[in-house]
Amino acid sequence: MIEVQNLTKRYGRVLAVDGVSFRCEPGTVTGFLGPNGAGKSTTLRMICGLTPATAGTATIDGAPYRRLPNPGRTVGVLLDASAQHPGRTGRETLLLSAQLMGVPRARVGELLELVGLGAAAGRRRVRGYSLGMRQRLGLAHALLGDPRVLVLDEPANGLDPEGIFWMRGVLRDFADRGGTVLLSSHLLREVEAVADRLVVIGQGRVVAAGGKDLLLARSGTRVRGLEPEVLQRALATAGVQFSRTTDGALLASADPETVGRAAAAAGAVLLELRPAGDGGLEQLFLSLTAGGPPAPSASPLASPSAPPPPAPPLTSPSTPPPPASPLTSPSAPAPSAPPVSPSTPPPVPPVPPSAAESAKEGQPA
Amino acid sequence: MISIARLTTVELRKMADTRSGRWLLATAGLISAAIVLIILLAGEPGDLALAGLFAPTLWPLSIFLPILGVLSVTSEWTQRTALTTFALVPERHRVATAKVLAALLLALLAAAVSLAFAAAGNLIGLLAADGDGSWRLTAADLGKGVLFLLVTMMIGVAFGMLLMNSAAAIVLVLVLPVVWSILTELVRAIRTVAEWLDISVTSGLLIDAEVTMGGQDWAKLGTSVAMWVLLPAGAGLARLLRREVA
Repeated sequence: MIEVQNLTKRYGRVLAVDGVSFRCEPGTVTGFLGPNGAGKSTTLRMICGLTPATAGTATIDGAPYRRLPNPGRTVGVLLDASAQHPGRTGRETLLLSAQLMGVPRARVGELLELVGLGAAAGRRRVRGYSLGMRQRLGLAHALLGDPRVLVLDEPANGLDPEGIFWMRGVLRDFADRGGTVLLSSHLLREVEAVADRLVVIGQGRVVAAGGKDLLLARSGTRVRGLEPEVLQRALATAGVQFSRTTDGALLASADPETVGRAAAAAGAVLLELRPAGDGGLEQLFLSLTAGGPPAPSASPLASPSAPPPPAPPLTSPSTPPPPASPLTSPSAPAPSAPPVSPSTPPPVPPVPPSAAESAKEGQPA
Repeated sequence: MISIARLTTVELRKMADTRSGRWLLATAGLISAAIVLIILLAGEPGDLALAGLFAPTLWPLSIFLPILGVLSVTSEWTQRTALTTFALVPERHRVATAKVLAALLLALLAAAVSLAFAAAGNLIGLLAADGDGSWRLTAADLGKGVLFLLVTMMIGVAFGMLLMNSAAAIVLVLVLPVVWSILTELVRAIRTVAEWLDISVTSGLLIDAEVTMGGQDWAKLGTSVAMWVLLPAGAGLARLLRREVA
């Protein structure tokens, strides 16, 4: 089990990780999601005792990582598959750690087979490995000590679709046998297929956390009005937070009834009103990927071909709060918390079409 | 907890399990053999004794071993294997201890190999070159020779620990003592101080057959070792314990 409490990392004036808390239970796969630079890797390195935390704690089976007598036998860690000595053979890389952890040599051959690096590949030097092969070697290395917990940073990077499918199987199997898996990714689709639970992080803070099914089911309402401005004003007046999707619909952070009543009260004609499904999480995720709050220059009316607003540094604590949407009434009450994170989420910033568009283009198919 | 013995074994293995590591070690051995061979071919018959063949092999090793010492520490950072090393052994000071022990063992091995080559050379000299052939090598001379190699090796390890960067550490280890010596020649005012801190001079006495080291010589050696080994190693360890491994 992994328990992270209020983990915080400050680099000078930059708050890279800001009070992150979550738990990973045995038998589950937790997907740790966030755009690049959101603080995922820093959080994982803090869990593994490689980066000293500014504040907060992380424990593995109740003990801080640095107190584990032989960590490799409890936690399998893969933080960067490219951080291997290029002059060593794949097999020697594993043999070295096997000797260190006190694992029988025979296990090395088994694991090379398991990850699809046969004896021939094992005899080659890591210098000649593709990134996908290094990921496989890294996963073999993480599994070498027969751990109960796996901590993997972007393990699918560089794997081909077949490799990603294979890795999901390995991780699912590991969790089904009672293991705990924490894996990070910047691609929602990649972890959606294997994770039971999701922790979404943006600008160093957890913005959504919970069971995957729960998150995907309760991710807001998709609503489209005949006159978008009227609908937006209606929602703002009702205190319902929303963001714009790429096709002109709105994603409201409330259930369909609340949204419908707000629209009715303002006399807005609706063309579409339904639960957003996983589009809500994706929208939240895209808004994070797009660089947080939209820059003032990017008005919602900007043409889709306009360049995306310059993204403020994701980790900067000095980033100003999201500016009120020009269409949101200033007298509107404080935006309600988005339903995806009942705990303490920052408001989901509205995404201008141009930013959302460019973010979508940035996503690999 | 993983024992220091096992950590040290693994560190020794790391020095030899890459092609570049093996070449460096082989080169160190070849240098010793080459020195013995040169003396056999070009030396006076009177030089062809065990002590006379052993001591000259130590000078080139004193340039080579620090490089090995540097790399044993810095390759973790340049190749980024530190990420694995410190994930498996979070007690960083124990990794540092194991690296120091491994480097010292390697220096002992280098001394043993040099001694073996010197003995072989002495035998050949005795049989083929009408050499002196004396097998006399006092425990004190042997001990000082070994200590010389240990000290030079540790300078490399210490600078590697301090700088955590192969190129910078190797350059500084090779250049800094020379610069220091030149500086003290030029600047008269610091000469007295320099006598106590010039490691190439103070450690050089260890393998100078003409010199019998007195108490002050040992004190100077200790002082310079403190400055060139203990100081950088201590600062490097302090940095290692605090720094982020990424």
